[in-house]
Amino acid sequence: MTIDLDPRIPGGPVHEKWARRVNDLGLVSPANRRRYRILVVGTGLAGASAAATLAGLGYQVECFTFHDSPRRAHSVAAQGGINAAKNYQNDGDSVERLFRDTLKGGDFRSREASVYRLAALSNAIIDHCVAQGIPFTREYGGLLANRSFGGAQVSRTFYVRGQTGQQLLLGCYGALSRQILARRARVHARREMLDVVVRDGRACGIITRRLVDGAVERHAGHAVVLATGGYSNVFHFSTNAMACNVTAAYRAYKRGALFANPCFTQIHPTCIPLTGEHQSKLTLMSESLRNDGRVWVPARAGDSRPPAQIPESDRDYFLERRYPAFGNLAPRDIASRAVKQVCDEGRGVGPLGRGVYLDFADAFGRIGEEEMQARYGNLFEMYQRITDEDPRCAPMRIYPAAHYTMGGLWVDYDLMSSIPGLFVIGEANFSDHGANRLGASALMQGLADGYFIVPLTVGDYLASSTSVAALDETLPEFAAAERDVRRRLQRLAGLCGDEPVEQIHRALGHIMWERCGMTRGAPGLVSALDEIAALRERFWSRARLGGGASVLNIALEKAGRVADFLEFAELLVVDALTREESCGGHFREEHQSADGEAVRDDENFSHIAAWQFRGVGAAPALYREDLAFETLQPTERSYR
Amino acid sequence: MRRLIRLARTSIGRKLLMALSGLLLVLFLTAHLLGNLKVLQGPEAFNAYAAWLQGHPVLWVMRLGLLLVFVLHTGLGIHLALANRAARPLAYVHPASVQMSLAERHIMLSGVVVLAFVVYHLLHLTFGAIDPTHSAQLVDAQGRADVYARVVTGFRNPWLAASYLLALLALAAHLTHAVRSALQTLGASHESHQAVIELLARAVPAALVVGFAAIPLLALLGVLEPPGPRP
Amino acid sequence: MNVTLRVWRQAGRDSPGRLVDYRVADVHADMSFLEVLDQLNEQLAQRGEEPIAFDHDCREGICGSCSLMIDGVPHGPERGITACQLYMRRFHDGQTILVEPWRAAAFGVIRDLVVDRSALDRLMHAGGYVSVNPGSAPDASTTVIAKEKADTAFLAASCIGCGACVAACPNASAMLFVAAKASHLALLPQGQPEHAHRVIAMVEAMDREGFGSCSNNYECAAACPKSIPVRFIARLNRAFLHAALTSREFARPPPHAHFES
Ligand SMILES: Cc1cc2nc3c(=O)[nH]c(=O)nc-3n(C[C@H](O)[C@H](O)[C@H](O)COP(=O)(O)OP(=O)(O)OC[C@H]3O[C@@H](n4cnc5c(N)ncnc54)[C@H](O)[C@@H]3O)c2cc1C
Ligand code: HEM
Ligand code: HEM
Ligand code: SF4
Ligand code: F3S
Ligand code: FES
Repeated sequence: MTIDLDPRIPGGPVHEKWARRVNDLGLVSPANRRRYRILVVGTGLAGASAAATLAGLGYQVECFTFHDSPRRAHSVAAQGGINAAKNYQNDGDSVERLFRDTLKGGDFRSREASVYRLAALSNAIIDHCVAQGIPFTREYGGLLANRSFGGAQVSRTFYVRGQTGQQLLLGCYGALSRQILARRARVHARREMLDVVVRDGRACGIITRRLVDGAVERHAGHAVVLATGGYSNVFHFSTNAMACNVTAAYRAYKRGALFANPCFTQIHPTCIPLTGEHQSKLTLMSESLRNDGRVWVPARAGDSRPPAQIPESDRDYFLERRYPAFGNLAPRDIASRAVKQVCDEGRGVGPLGRGVYLDFADAFGRIGEEEMQARYGNLFEMYQRITDEDPRCAPMRIYPAAHYTMGGLWVDYDLMSSIPGLFVIGEANFSDHGANRLGASALMQGLADGYFIVPLTVGDYLASSTSVAALDETLPEFAAAERDVRRRLQRLAGLCGDEPVEQIHRALGHIMWERCGMTRGAPGLVSALDEIAALRERFWSRARLGGGASVLNIALEKAGRVADFLEFAELLVVDALTREESCGGHFREEHQSADGEAVRDDENFSHIAAWQFRGVGAAPALYREDLAFETLQPTERSYR
Repeated sequence: MRRLIRLARTSIGRKLLMALSGLLLVLFLTAHLLGNLKVLQGPEAFNAYAAWLQGHPVLWVMRLGLLLVFVLHTGLGIHLALANRAARPLAYVHPASVQMSLAERHIMLSGVVVLAFVVYHLLHLTFGAIDPTHSAQLVDAQGRADVYARVVTGFRNPWLAASYLLALLALAAHLTHAVRSALQTLGASHESHQAVIELLARAVPAALVVGFAAIPLLALLGVLEPPGPRP
Repeated sequence: MNVTLRVWRQAGRDSPGRLVDYRVADVHADMSFLEVLDQLNEQLAQRGEEPIAFDHDCREGICGSCSLMIDGVPHGPERGITACQLYMRRFHDGQTILVEPWRAAAFGVIRDLVVDRSALDRLMHAGGYVSVNPGSAPDASTTVIAKEKADTAFLAASCIGCGACVAACPNASAMLFVAAKASHLALLPQGQPEHAHRVIAMVEAMDREGFGSCSNNYECAAACPKSIPVRFIARLNRAFLHAALTSREFARPPPHAHFES
């Protein structure tokens, strides 16, 4: 089956496209909306905002999350902030500039029209969030405060102390609560979506497992919206929450949805370094720290003096040296690679030599103890709690970690996947961030998708189908999908080797991090393909988990997710191997300049790579969506 | 009225009633203490006061009110305690409290002791059923009930005095939590006047208990003399 | 170091539970408490035994999933943190550590250490929002809020919905949670139009869910990982009394509750 990969971008100049699209949208009349049932999977910023808005418009919304409450979706962990082109700081910001920064930040591998729309909607998001009562940090005059983030030379990031994600999510959940009370939305908590049901080429429902007792359920809907987050946990160690996974997106992929740019993964430079194998995850130190912290390593390899005894002359502030224009605020991909480089040179610090200093001594001198405490106190405490070291006395040690995934299910301009009726929003889609996401723009994207885009485009999809299809969970497609799900669960529950699933996940993470992490080379990628296949084999033959499939079984949940990662990892590597260029977070060792900067190949790779499933272990089929740049011509992405 | 009924059905409404009734009881205790301190002025003043207390019709209305408040406070207290217990049917194996004092943990116990004391106290001084000296039958020179004699000779008995002091200890325990709690329930707690609240929470119980305790102690120490032989 | 975890095991909602001792060897001081549970679960998996079910996700103290009563104190012996932020440096070699689920009539045990906290969600549904539809808001800078007020609202809003307050309260009362939720919006101008309705609806929902009442024992704030102060409870009491005495809504009989999962 081949697919017509039409992004359906409206005509006209870039700043008019969304307005044109809105004008052309098919509408469902208010009285008819309640006859449509929409399934929203995921209750993070993207899912909860979409569910609340769709229900507010009058649709019947059913939400699903594997968490026990919508408020615990991983969006809750975002610390730093959310961008908007308000120009409240009068520093020359504009929609145009946010658009350009984001497009350039993504190394010209995103869809121009979508990025522009995102920038244009950013201001309405802040207005809406303030109206919801989100307690944004304010100046003494009572107006909103801003901070700077990587990849931008203006201060456009709005924040709520160190809790931006949780506060925005509570705003979404509040909006959803209102709809739940009005009985227009329902939340099915502790449900994991395990399959999409497709009939006549359209999405018509999902299969879920009720985690508390293992019941497998069918849910029919007129449209399905996936907002299931990112897949950074394919690296095992990441800044993501323990349960973040690729399952929902991967199952949709197996049912025919294309997966775009899976190799575009983001490694965040400022995480607390790994201390040992016993660790379960890595903790992000907010990028905002780079506003006032200076990154350095000893100038000489093997210099093991404690940091305080290393004089200025023996220090290398390598970000400031290499990227004078952006300095410590160089974008994430660039900063991460620079950190890796100095560590590879043997100049890394800390017990395992995988770390660099993030030093606040200057800032304490410049802004004073009190202000520093107000800005970063909670982050300092967090660091101290984990490492038992006080960053007020000695510099922090940081190292990059897997953090965000720009890749995801392919969607058109309306955020609809290649399966009609299946929409994908938030981190789960292949997003507007191209090959690298700038800080504070994922929250912006999730909310733009959920509050402002998908509620309209879902309506358009529904309006274009001539009659309201009856919801029928007894269709053979449901039965077949349910059978597949049950079979897989039984197989997982029956695993009785001798190896804990956790250990296999760790091994997968090791392969992915070493071969397909911050830098990627063809030989490593090729061997990764074999290693992953072997590991998958090992999983199905040697893994062991206790407990059955008809009870709350956290081992089974984990095993299901790892099993999907073991298939998905291969797709990621294939994409990395196919993309013979370096761009953003995707750095191919073969494609770098003499001084180690990424070399993009616009001639051959100015496209979105969308992959189609062809069977486990079989090579997926590649579709290309060529990127057209009308407004801004791709240039070398320089932050020097 | 609808409002009040609906209010009384909520947990916060009930707590408000608890706090108001508790504070009324504190008010009564304050008045009672001030009256009782007349004992220091000697038999004449005290007995006159006691006679006035018996005679005045308004005071009987107030007594009825007091009884109602007492019943309300006790009844609600028991009701809330039972409901709170039902809110955690299975207890922790080792419940450890981080900062609660002994008094807070046993507010119900101190309440019950106070209740028992009041019954005992009425039997003692109002009905004269406890006092081994049967001083309840005494009358003074004017033919008034010689309450002064009842009190002071009664407290010369160390056991009786001790029983009062023990009850006062329970009262102290009850009130150390109760006053702060009532202020919080009434919404008086606020950052800016936390110090005032703390002061009240300590000073009110302390003043009451010290004041009451002074009477049996002074009688026991012989500072308060029993009335002299009748002329 | 080695520790013994004395863990509550319970197969299902209605099954009886019991405490089981597990010895965990090679515990590293830099491990978090949940990582010790992970390690134990790996051991159990190797022996083909059922893993200990517990809620967790972010492991950085923000999602509010983790919910362990450790030695009789929610989130363990350290103040101002969640169980996932508790490190083993706090414990000594050979220590026996008691791990129980949150206990409250409103929080049924689902399995082992996992409890059903959906009652807290239903309190949110009752009134934890400002009614505003996307697209209808005025420019963000038209709302001016004194910094001090915004910061206080933030303090209240920082509640992560973990339920430790309920677990800690001798009465299993959810007052601190409700107070935090209601105060967040009460402190902001955006929350004013629905303020009276919100406190009434949330307090009455709280009573329906079977939480205890508040006797001002202040254990909740001591256990709260976000150190939310009890003065928000006083605030709620005040707001509720005010709403009860002045709002029209309160002069009518309470609406029939219709809540579902
Ligand atoms: C530590 C950290 C800090 C960050 N800080 C920032 C920041 O400061 N600024 C910024 O812009 N971005 C930040 N990000 C990125 C940003 O938080 C995320 O990209 C974004 O929140 C994702 O939102 P989402 O709604 O797409 O998905 P999520 O919030 O991850 O939600 C996923 C939802 O899907 C559900 N789900 C998933 N799979 C299934 C399934 N199979 N069945 C049922 N339900 C399922 C989950 O239960 C959950 O409800 C940060 C990310 C991390 C990890
Ligand atoms: C040592 C201290 C006390 C002394 C000397 C004292 C003395 C008295 C006296 C003389 C009477 C009047 C009896 C009568 O006229 O019939 C009385 C009544 C009463 N006392 Fe006390 N009392 C003391 C402490 C308390 C305390 C601590 C309480 C409550 C907790 C209390 C509660 C009452 C009540 C409820 C009455 C009945 C009220 C009435 O009939 O008007 N007393 N007390
Ligand atoms: C003179 C006697 C008494 C006084 C002055 C008094 C006063 C108070 C006050 C002020 C409170 C605080 C209310 C609040 O928490 O908001 C209180 C609480 C309480 N009282 Fe009393 N009380 C007295 C007697 C009793 C008795 C006899 C009982 C029961 C047997 C009792 C049981 C309680 C209980 C259980 C509480 C706590 C209720 C709760 O917070 O849930 N009290 N008391
Ligand atoms: S108030 Fe504190 S303890 Fe209670 S749910 Fe919120 S964060 Fe947890
Ligand atoms: S501990 Fe309980 S009694 Fe009230 S002050 Fe906290 S809810
Ligand atoms: S796991 Fe998220 S708060 Fe502990």
